[in-house]
This record gives sequence, C-alpha cells and structure tokens, in this order.
Amino acid sequence: MIGQVPLSYYLLLSAILFAIGAGGVLIRRNVIIVLMCVEMMMNAVNLTFIAFSRYLDSTTGQIFVFMIMAVAAVEVAIGLALLVELNRHKDTVDINEFNSLQG
Amino acid sequence: MPIEFPVLNFVAVGPMLAVTITAFLVMFIELFVEDKRILGYISLVGLAVAAVLSFSLMGAFAAPAFQTMVISDGYALFLNLIFIIAAALSILISLSYLGERELQHGEYYALLLFATVGMMLMGAATDLMIVFMGLEIMSIALYILAAFNRQQLGSGEAGMKYFVLGAFASAFFLYGVALVYGATGSTNLQEIGSWFSVDRGNLGDPIALVGLGLLLVGFAFKIAAVPFQWWTPDVYHGSPTSVTAFMSVGAKAAGFASLVRVLMVSFNEAFTIDWQLALAVLAVITMTVGNIAALAQKDVKRMLAYSSIAHAGYILVGVVPASMIGVRAVLFYLFSYTFMNIGAFAVIAILERRSEVGSSIQDYAGLASRSPFLAGMMLLFMVSLTGIPPFIGFWGKLYVFWAAVQADMSWLAVIGMINSAISAFYYLGVVVQMYMRPVAADEDGVEAPAFKLTGPIMVTLVVTAIVTVVFGIWPTPLFNLASLAAFG
Repeated sequence: MIGQVPLSYYLLLSAILFAIGAGGVLIRRNVIIVLMCVEMMMNAVNLTFIAFSRYLDSTTGQIFVFMIMAVAAVEVAIGLALLVELNRHKDTVDINEFNSLQG
Repeated sequence: MPIEFPVLNFVAVGPMLAVTITAFLVMFIELFVEDKRILGYISLVGLAVAAVLSFSLMGAFAAPAFQTMVISDGYALFLNLIFIIAAALSILISLSYLGERELQHGEYYALLLFATVGMMLMGAATDLMIVFMGLEIMSIALYILAAFNRQQLGSGEAGMKYFVLGAFASAFFLYGVALVYGATGSTNLQEIGSWFSVDRGNLGDPIALVGLGLLLVGFAFKIAAVPFQWWTPDVYHGSPTSVTAFMSVGAKAAGFASLVRVLMVSFNEAFTIDWQLALAVLAVITMTVGNIAALAQKDVKRMLAYSSIAHAGYILVGVVPASMIGVRAVLFYLFSYTFMNIGAFAVIAILERRSEVGSSIQDYAGLASRSPFLAGMMLLFMVSLTGIPPFIGFWGKLYVFWAAVQADMSWLAVIGMINSAISAFYYLGVVVQMYMRPVAADEDGVEAPAFKLTGPIMVTLVVTAIVTVVFGIWPTPLFNLASLAAFG
C-alpha cells in the first residue's frame, strides 16, 4: 500500500536521484553518459511530481509527468543526432575533446 | 447528458497559430521548390500576419485562453512584436548569409519559426506547464539551429554545448516547478500567487522558496546571467551568425518575459522579501563579469557574446524593483536591444570569412576606407549599445536605471553606469579599428575579407539603423507602447 510510505521518503529519494544525475553531468566526460545523467535528473523530477500528485490528490502533477516524458524523449533524440553529427568531424565521445571554440 | 466543451478562445493564440501554420507550410513547400530562398519569404509573410494579429488584439479585453493556460494581454502582445521582429530580421540576414555558405535549407526557416512560437508561448504563459513547454519548444529548435553549419566543427560544438547545458538547466527548472507545485498544490501562476501571500501566512515556506530558487536557476541560464553564463561565448561564437543574432535577442527576451511574469504574478511578496537583494547582487556581478571579459576579446562575435551577458545584467536591474516602472523599462530595453544587436550582427554576418568560425577584430581594420557605409552602420550600433545619446540604447539604460532609483536602490543604478563606461572601451575599440587603423592583412598575408552587400541584409541594416536613430531621438511613442503593455 502506497499510503503507508510517507511523502518525505519519496522526496528524499528523488532529491538523491537528482543529485546523482547532476553530479554525473558535471563529472562524467562521456557525452552519452552525460545524456543519461540528464535523463536521470528528469526522472527524479517525475518521481517528485507523482509523489506530490498522490499526496495532494490532484492530477496536474501526473499530466506534467507525461509532458516531461515527451520532452525528455525529444531531448535524447536531438542530443544523439548532434553527437552523430559531431562524430563526422572528430571520432570521439569525450566532451573535453570538443574544444575548438576558444578566445 | 451532453458533453460540455470547454471554451478555448483560439483568438488569443492567433499569432502563435499563424506562425505555427507557416512553419508547417514551409516544411511542406520545401519538398517542391528548388530555390529555398522562397521559403524565407513565405516565413516573412507568416510573421507579418502574426504581427498584424498581435496588433489587432492589442487593447482588446485580455481574455485568458485554454483554461487560464495562456493570456493575450498587452504584455504578451508587446513581446510577440519583439519576437516577430527578431525572427524577421534574422531571416533577412539568413537569406544572404546561408546562401553564401551553401546552407540554404528549408528546415532552417521552419525551425526558426518554431523557436519563435516557443518564445511567444513563454511570453503569454500563465501556467508553469506552458512556461516549460514554450521553453522547450524554443530551446530544442535553437539547439539544432546552433549546430546548423554542418561543414564546421565549431557549429556542431556550439549546438552540443548549448544542448547539454540547456537540458541540465531545464532539469533544474523542472525540479523547481515540482517543488512549487508540491508546496502550493497548483502550477497556475495566479493560484500560486494567491497562496504565496502575507495573508495566508505561507511566505516562509521552505519547499516553495527552494522551488523559486531552482526556477531562477533555469531562467538565469536562458538569459545568460552569472553564474550560468559560461555557455554563452562558445555558443554565440560557433553558431551561424544569423542564428546568433536571433538567439541573442529572442531567447533572452523570452527568458526575461516569463521570469518577469512569474516574479510579478506568483512571487511578488515572497520575492521582495527574500530574493530581491540576491537578484540585485546577481545583476551587478552579471554586468561586471560580462564587461570585464569582453574587454579581452579579439573576436567581435565573442565580444558581443560577453556584451550580451552584460546587457542581461542591465535588464536584471529593471527586474529587481519588481515594480510596474521596472517592467516597462525591461520591455523598452528588450525592444531597443533587439534592433541594435541584430544590426551589429548583420554587419558581422557580412564581414565574416566563409571558411572560418567567428570574425576577428583585425578584419575590421580600415573598414571606413573600404566601405564607409558598413563602417558607419557599425559605428551607429556600437555607440547605441554603449548607451550614448541620442540613440535608442541610451533610453533603454536610462529607464532601467531610473526604475532602480525609484525603488531606493540608487547604488544599483550607479554601478550600472560605471559598467556602461567600462563597456565603452570595447565597443569603441571596434570603432577605432574601423576608422584609425590601416587595412591589415592577416598572418598568412591574406587580404581583408571580401564582402558583398545583398538586398535582404541591406534591408536589415537600414531598418535597424532607422529604428535605432528615430526612437533614439523621439522615444515617446515606443515608451507609451511599453507603458501600455506593462500596465494594461
């Protein structure tokens, strides 16, 4: 029964997931893993929304989650397409290698 | 029992519909035409229709539409005009710029129009859900546009950087929305505002305040405010210049549009108590960092990128008082910035070498002798961006600083003026190059870049120059329009 798990547990879990995702974006250098970490942050937000939605007994949060899922899918598609495009110029997925813009 | 259909009020979103339909038309017609420039002109027609619709809605009753998801009030309509003008001027630049680089593709114009729709949604949104949707529609189109020059590694890099950091910032924004929703039980700006008031005793609520902080992170990224400005120089530098022109004014205006609405409608009381000083400090750091970094730049595109960070700082000065005078000043500033910045980027687009990323300041040496017209235009935009009267940039700065003075924050205005003085060094540095240095050959002995003045880009230059001068000498009509938008 979901009613027996208090709201704060969900919030804590999603905060931890969000922090792991944010840390991953800042630390990891592989573009694909960075994309996965962004995905993880978005899903942490989804969990927050669902938990609040259940707690407040309002559907807004659940609808929001559908929108976030759609946007997250689009972002992955765009991100991978950009990476494929970059790979034609430079055969790497290391984000530090993409450093031609300096001044 | 009959089903009751909700009243949607399509009239209120008329301008957005017009641009969306044009974008689909462009994608469809692209299949049949050989000369893709036609698509640019079709886009211009669609934008003109949207502008006419925005004008006709102005002054009418600001009815909320789609169950209070969006509203077409004067504020949204004024911003619509800014976005439409920015899109139209960039399309005019693109018509020549892309052709010279063999990048003339139909989807470019479709994406540009979709980005414009996203911006218009952000200006009109009265629900955090729609703010988010507009933000993403705009950003995703801009990520692709930034990477549009497939021949250059720099352009792809710009797109990738913009994408990774943009998605990162979106996640923060979303987390902020989630926390605000959890605390207040709603994503509607008005409802959040009524929950967040002194009467209800909810002002100190920690979850909601953390949520507001995260929302500000998301907005700060879009408007390129410190400490979320690091992407700006690289992205502006690597993107095709026509795209840089568009996103430097459009994305910034859209970010400010919904930032101001969210702060004014939802967090007015909470903001003035808890966040005002923090934002004032951010404004100071933003303009100082932008100006100091711009001093060291050798590339004009990069210099303008840093200067756009500085301008975000000036505009934030107008946001800090959270007053109607401030909102009016912000609207005026965004309008003036659109013209002078796109004008400057139009000159850069003309002078940029085809095979290189960016535009070195050496290429501007002796420009006055090679093309007095172009040099004169650049001089005009640089002087206006510095904020020297009698050009439009001066009035923008004056109104913004005046709003700070009115809110008993004179120190903010003083720091802003000192920063304007600093900015004169790098803006006028370009002028010195153009008028006082001989034409220089670069290290490889290659002569200064050849350039061609084509019709569409000339239109951009002339229009931006006329607006910069005319509203600089006589700002009253524009000021009245901005007042109407802020107070109506």
